[in-house]
Amino acid sequence: MDVQSWTFTLVGITFAMYIIIAIWSRASSTNDFYVAGGGVSPLANGMATAADWMSAASFISMAGLISFMGYDGAVYLMGWTGGYVLLALLLAPYLRKFGKYTVPDFIGDRYYSNIARTVAVICAIIVSFTYVAGQMRGVGVVFARFLEVPVNTGVFIGMIIVLFYATLGGMKGITYTQVAQYCILIFAFMVPAFFISFQLTGNIIPQVGFGGTLSDGTYLLDKLDGLHKELGFAEYTSGSKSMIDVFAITFALMVGTAGLPHVIVRFFTVSKVRDARMSAGWALIFIAILYTTAPAIAAFARTNLIETVAEKNYSQMPKWFSNWEKTGLISFEDKNKDGKIQYVADPNKNELTIDRDIMVLANPEIAKLPNWVVGLVAAGGLAAALSTAAGLLLVISASISHDLIKKQIKPDISEKSELVWARIGAVIAVCIAGYFGINPPGFVAAVVALAFGLAAASFFPAIILGIFDKRMNKEGAIAGMVIGILLMLFYMMKYKLGLFGGGTKDDWWFGISPEGFGTVAMVVNFVISFTISRFYPAPPEEVQEMVESIRYPRGAGEATHS
Amino acid sequence: MKPNLKKYWSRNLKYLLILLTIWFSVSYGAGILFADNLNSVRIGGFKLGFWFAQQGAIYVFVILILVYVRLMNRLDKEFDVDEK
Repeated sequence: MDVQSWTFTLVGITFAMYIIIAIWSRASSTNDFYVAGGGVSPLANGMATAADWMSAASFISMAGLISFMGYDGAVYLMGWTGGYVLLALLLAPYLRKFGKYTVPDFIGDRYYSNIARTVAVICAIIVSFTYVAGQMRGVGVVFARFLEVPVNTGVFIGMIIVLFYATLGGMKGITYTQVAQYCILIFAFMVPAFFISFQLTGNIIPQVGFGGTLSDGTYLLDKLDGLHKELGFAEYTSGSKSMIDVFAITFALMVGTAGLPHVIVRFFTVSKVRDARMSAGWALIFIAILYTTAPAIAAFARTNLIETVAEKNYSQMPKWFSNWEKTGLISFEDKNKDGKIQYVADPNKNELTIDRDIMVLANPEIAKLPNWVVGLVAAGGLAAALSTAAGLLLVISASISHDLIKKQIKPDISEKSELVWARIGAVIAVCIAGYFGINPPGFVAAVVALAFGLAAASFFPAIILGIFDKRMNKEGAIAGMVIGILLMLFYMMKYKLGLFGGGTKDDWWFGISPEGFGTVAMVVNFVISFTISRFYPAPPEEVQEMVESIRYPRGAGEATHS
Repeated sequence: MKPNLKKYWSRNLKYLLILLTIWFSVSYGAGILFADNLNSVRIGGFKLGFWFAQQGAIYVFVILILVYVRLMNRLDKEFDVDEK
């Protein structure tokens, strides 16, 4: 069979599977809809969390990014895994014991204030929307490349599938589909990695092959450093960002991860505090499989690419080269008219432009792997994008039906009509996400980075202080969240979008890029919350008792409503 | 807070402090601040600083969570605050 029939078959089978799971696990109560009835096993929840977490960006773009960043790629590798340590140790068990449905629930109750709750709802919605728009776009791109339909048709098909299982099954449907999606995406990611690692280094395990030797006896990474030096790039293993910026970005991503509502909400779906701890462990194990493989793939792909193209005749390029040239993602301009490809760091002499997103997608073709592997990668990319989109949609729908309607507008709403509202919320969310997928705002990339910064600058300090500082009151928390977010927004708009007078790299505060600024905004939030809280009275007695009770596990019931 | 629970909480905080110190040293220490110094040491094809940044830190993160789960499950039993 050719690549396209394989892709159609594999994508068709996986989609049918998601729909069957959705029908089998449809939600019959709000408890099912928001937290899957609270009875998910830690292993299944870990897998679902991993699928929820690893988006099209992790699956498609990350290895490519690292491949072009070298050492600096560590900001993503450590940033997007280290946050789980914070989640497991500082957040998950306590929030599970607290036992409500959403993050704004916790903020609203802990800070005994509907203003705090509203601030949290607004943050949750902004963070989730910016994220989900990117996911829908990812779905469209995978469809477009592998099924040869227009990007917009792809977005449309993706919307219908997500809509179907998110509205039908809520968290319950999403959780069990995500378990299936994790299996598909990790299989699709690992198979080509095994093949390529074996081809290049003779060792089938990519994590080992990464430090292994090539057929000529030199170490892969030494070879790569050498190639980079020859072509004038920064050494692969040292990178080019400043140390303070690497530090700040890594920290902002870690803390942002731990503050993202769609990740936190996963820990409400298990039945016990000890399960919440363990399920963070499982989640990180499942994530680490992909995250330790990605840098290996990055190095393999980089070596393969340089060896295939640098100083070679353009007329002798393999077939994948011209395939991707057609999509515009690779382009060659023969500046010195010698018919050879000069791929060097100097922009005046460089003749080759490569979009980093193609590294994972083109990898199986570059390594000449069988057609079914190429089809599998397409199914895996779709699984990654759909699972994340579904998880985010649920957060938005719960924010609308639970935090807004049930908690603020119409507290006497019946369970049945709340469930109807939750489903309406999901439909609205899918439509808006689809709209952004079809008409992506030009600043999408800037906005996705903003999501982490926002979560770091707003939720993280408010939740941590809510658990670990009994004296923290609503005045401190609200002031901290508002100032943290505004500061973050200001910095991003100034240096990403050129508002407020704009500015260049040289004007960055402390040399920290907008991606890393969440770290600074978070520190500011902590300091302000702490200082302000000391000028106002301590929280009421019953709130202090609640803080005490979430600190030990006994008595954790199901996540509840009231 | 009952004295028993106070003790439970301070033990918990002690564990957190130790584990987070390790968390910080492998990622920000070995992977970033001292990566250049560690790069002079090699294991196989890896420079050590680079290995911590792109592989090692992640393995340690996983181990940290597993250790934390074990410690806390034991602590819960010891202070009789575990879930029945």
